[in-house]
Amino acid sequence: MTPIVTEFTPLASAFGGALIGLAAVLLMTFGGRIFGATGILSGAILPTGAGDRAWRWALLAGMVSGPLAVQLMTGSMPAVEIPISLPMIIVGGFLVGVGVNFSSGCTSGHGVCGMARLSPRSIVATLTFMAATIVTVYIVRHVIGA
Amino acid sequence: MKLIVYYLIGLVFGVGISISGMANPAKVLNFFDLAGSWDPSLMFVMGGALIVTFIGYRLAFRRSAPLMAPRFEVPTRRDLDLPLIGGSAVFGIGWGIAGFCPGGALPALGTGMIEVAIFVASLIAGLLTARVLRRVGVNALTKSTT
Repeated sequence: MTPIVTEFTPLASAFGGALIGLAAVLLMTFGGRIFGATGILSGAILPTGAGDRAWRWALLAGMVSGPLAVQLMTGSMPAVEIPISLPMIIVGGFLVGVGVNFSSGCTSGHGVCGMARLSPRSIVATLTFMAATIVTVYIVRHVIGA
Repeated sequence: MKLIVYYLIGLVFGVGISISGMANPAKVLNFFDLAGSWDPSLMFVMGGALIVTFIGYRLAFRRSAPLMAPRFEVPTRRDLDLPLIGGSAVFGIGWGIAGFCPGGALPALGTGMIEVAIFVASLIAGLLTARVLRRVGVNALTKSTT
């Protein structure tokens, strides 16, 4: 597999990141909740007993509408390029699901919201998954050469 | 009315993810490929998101309660345990294999690409599996102590 070369996009990425942060701040200001994709998805699909799941589904619907809104504004869908095989998508997805359930959060919940709150758990979680991802990509691309 | 607000907050997140490049596994994997086709863009995503969230949370927490909910519900745990660290490591391995994290994949569903749907289905399978594993683990622990 040859990795797809991607263009360095500091401005678009910083602006997109600022919008991610804005969404996190708005959800805290209006709903008093952490914007964690893991928690929102888990709470929407798994019975928690709390009963109040409609707001999570509304958030998810908004998230999924993102690419279409970008297409309406810019004329083109955001690029989603997948440089890996189907089995890797399935194995990777499964491991992500298991991992984020145990760690109670992912890049949005721990990496953005938790780090912004200076939560020690989130700082350790973020350093751990970033390191694990770097090592995994190194092994997959440069040791196995997949 | 409240659900419309949640939808719009989700939309801000979805647009941010789409613009930032987080919905694009090629870009995400290149960010982590320090020894290969490194694309530092995601550092700017994280930077933009953290600056806005860090400042915005401090403004949000000046209020005694959120605008649409009775109270702020933020995690209060500060201890570092094995599920947090082990789960984060497993998440990182999966992220390094597939290039999608939950917050990147959910908005990417909106592009209609079948690969994204397969990733999200695998992610949900992982979430459910971890839930069962944890329940079995808790049962085994309570049995061994009684």
